[in-house]
Amino acid sequence: MLRIKNINTYYGKVHALKNVSIHVNVGEIVALIGANGAGKTTVLNSISGITPPREGEAIFRGVNILGLPTNQIVKMGISQIPEGRQIFAPLTVSTNLELGAYHRYSRKNKPSLKKDIEDVFSFFPILRERRNQIAGTLSGGEQQMLAIGRALMSKPSLLLLDEPSMGLAPMISKDIFRMISRLKDELKTTILIVEQNAKAALQLADRGYVIETGKIIMEESSNGLLNNKEVQRAYLGKEKKEIWE
Amino acid sequence: MNIWDKAYECMPREELEQLQWERVQSTLNRVYKNVQFYRKIFDKLNVLPEDIQSIQDLSNLPFTTKDDLRNSYPYDMFAVSLREVVRLHSTSGMTGKPIVVGYTKNDLKNWTNLAARILTSGGVTKDDMVQIAFAYGLLTGAFGLHYGAEEIGASVIPTSSGHTEKQIIIMKDYKTTTLVCTPSYALRIADTMVNMEIDPKTLNLRLGLFGGEPWSENMRKEIEGRLYIDALDNYGLSEVIGPGVAAECQYKDGLHLFEDHFIPEIIDPATGNLLPPGEKGELVITTLTKEAFPMIRFRTGDITRLNWQQCDCGRTCIRIEKIMERTDNMLIIKGVSVFPSQIEQVLYEFEGCEPHFQLVVDRKDRMDVLEVLVEVSERIFFDEMKRQRNLLENIKQRLSSVLGVNVDVKLVEPQSIERDLKKYKRIIDKRII
Repeated sequence: MLRIKNINTYYGKVHALKNVSIHVNVGEIVALIGANGAGKTTVLNSISGITPPREGEAIFRGVNILGLPTNQIVKMGISQIPEGRQIFAPLTVSTNLELGAYHRYSRKNKPSLKKDIEDVFSFFPILRERRNQIAGTLSGGEQQMLAIGRALMSKPSLLLLDEPSMGLAPMISKDIFRMISRLKDELKTTILIVEQNAKAALQLADRGYVIETGKIIMEESSNGLLNNKEVQRAYLGKEKKEIWE
Repeated sequence: MNIWDKAYECMPREELEQLQWERVQSTLNRVYKNVQFYRKIFDKLNVLPEDIQSIQDLSNLPFTTKDDLRNSYPYDMFAVSLREVVRLHSTSGMTGKPIVVGYTKNDLKNWTNLAARILTSGGVTKDDMVQIAFAYGLLTGAFGLHYGAEEIGASVIPTSSGHTEKQIIIMKDYKTTTLVCTPSYALRIADTMVNMEIDPKTLNLRLGLFGGEPWSENMRKEIEGRLYIDALDNYGLSEVIGPGVAAECQYKDGLHLFEDHFIPEIIDPATGNLLPPGEKGELVITTLTKEAFPMIRFRTGDITRLNWQQCDCGRTCIRIEKIMERTDNMLIIKGVSVFPSQIEQVLYEFEGCEPHFQLVVDRKDRMDVLEVLVEVSERIFFDEMKRQRNLLENIKQRLSSVLGVNVDVKLVEPQSIERDLKKYKRIIDKRII
């Protein structure tokens, strides 16, 4: 579905992504794990065009999307759920959802939008209860659901999920992960997920990549990565590195 | 026809190439970080892993040779610390210091999967009784295939090598259906069966998966004819992973090389230059998934060519031609390169010749002299002189015309050429250069 080859992204003079190549197949959940500042979010932002790469190739369903503006990339079916959720706090839940379909918002489309909002509500029933509430007053978990719901409103075939468990209590983030796997099972959405909580992400994903200082150092099945000693030590909090090594 | 890992073995080329490239990049990043030998190479060339922009760019990197591996004895080539290594194997070390190779848990998992692929492509199923007559020990042959066969669900009989008569009794009593060993050992088993007066037709044997040494089509015909089995080739080498690099499917038209784990290149063994697609030369392999012992452009010393045509079995990975020759088996006689397999091919044309022969090279009056010792059947050996001389003359002429150099031929009694258990000594080079 998505194939990225040799992407190089810079922040000014800082070379943030060095020849990154990854792919996501239809129906897959792919996890991208790595330490803080390794470049995980930059990969997502490079795909969605927020920080366009200077070089490389990104083929989405046969079309090169590199260099396209973000709004067009969204229209083509890629939707990003940003780190920290970034919901529109002063607006109501329903308005937030409507804004997710901004690119096809018109009087003519109103009935179909209504139906889509209903679909989101049936997926996240709690949002229906809160439909007229101001989004900023929602709990963290509910806000995350809203952010996912808002992304679903653009009918994406590929969802880019950035740190969905950030700032959530462990119990709540468990719920969120359960919902993400429901997205895959029920809506057949393909997902590229970036996560600090490497273990949870890998348990959810089919495959994973490990990124380190802007370079991919491993591509493996999720189980393979969960079993990898280096990954365990660096990202799963198991088995500390001995001082004399 | 069964395929063990369809998602990868039959992956569309475009997807496969993307996967390969991703894995090349991560392998380069890891070796640069973790293996001093490779780090030095990169630093010397003044390149970083990210300067390699495509799979084709790999050919700008130098080779890893057997000598490099010997010099790093025992652990200098490892890309992980020893506590992550769960298995060690080594080469026999017959031609120098042994090469030690290590495997992490994931390496073993991948290896098992690869071995399951080659066994399945050879036709082994969970209903088979697989007798593994490779030596269990430091060499990789036995263990690699052992775990693959178990993964498939077949019953494994780990007889190890040697004790041929006992092997045959086990084969008969345990109802072995699949024999796994070197091709020359399969012939030895056939010989021993004749001595023991056991008719292979009365056995349950139906399949043989052979590897570990180069062998010819004629040898395949002989094994198949004498043991009444399907004989299939598979290829692997300890330095790369062990058995599991490439294998024949039931079409027996080249070996499928599992490109999601290995990248093949063909080079001219003399110059080291990349050869045009389809030409015959030395196989060079880069590993894509190995964690403990990754190899960048390892010179295998095996002579083959690549075939991109898709096979009827549905696998999309590249095929390598059956390997019959090694660069270190190649003899240069008066400037002409001579391969033992050419000689074997010629000998099969003559009735009464055994496929056992030995080459003796010497230098007389500053000229190379090649003498071929050929085992002939007893019947011919005790036949009248005239017929014997005729045969000798015919072989000599045929060999000389095929090889392009003059050859001396000597007929010897059956079983008179020295054999060690697995590989007999084909070449004796007495030249002092």
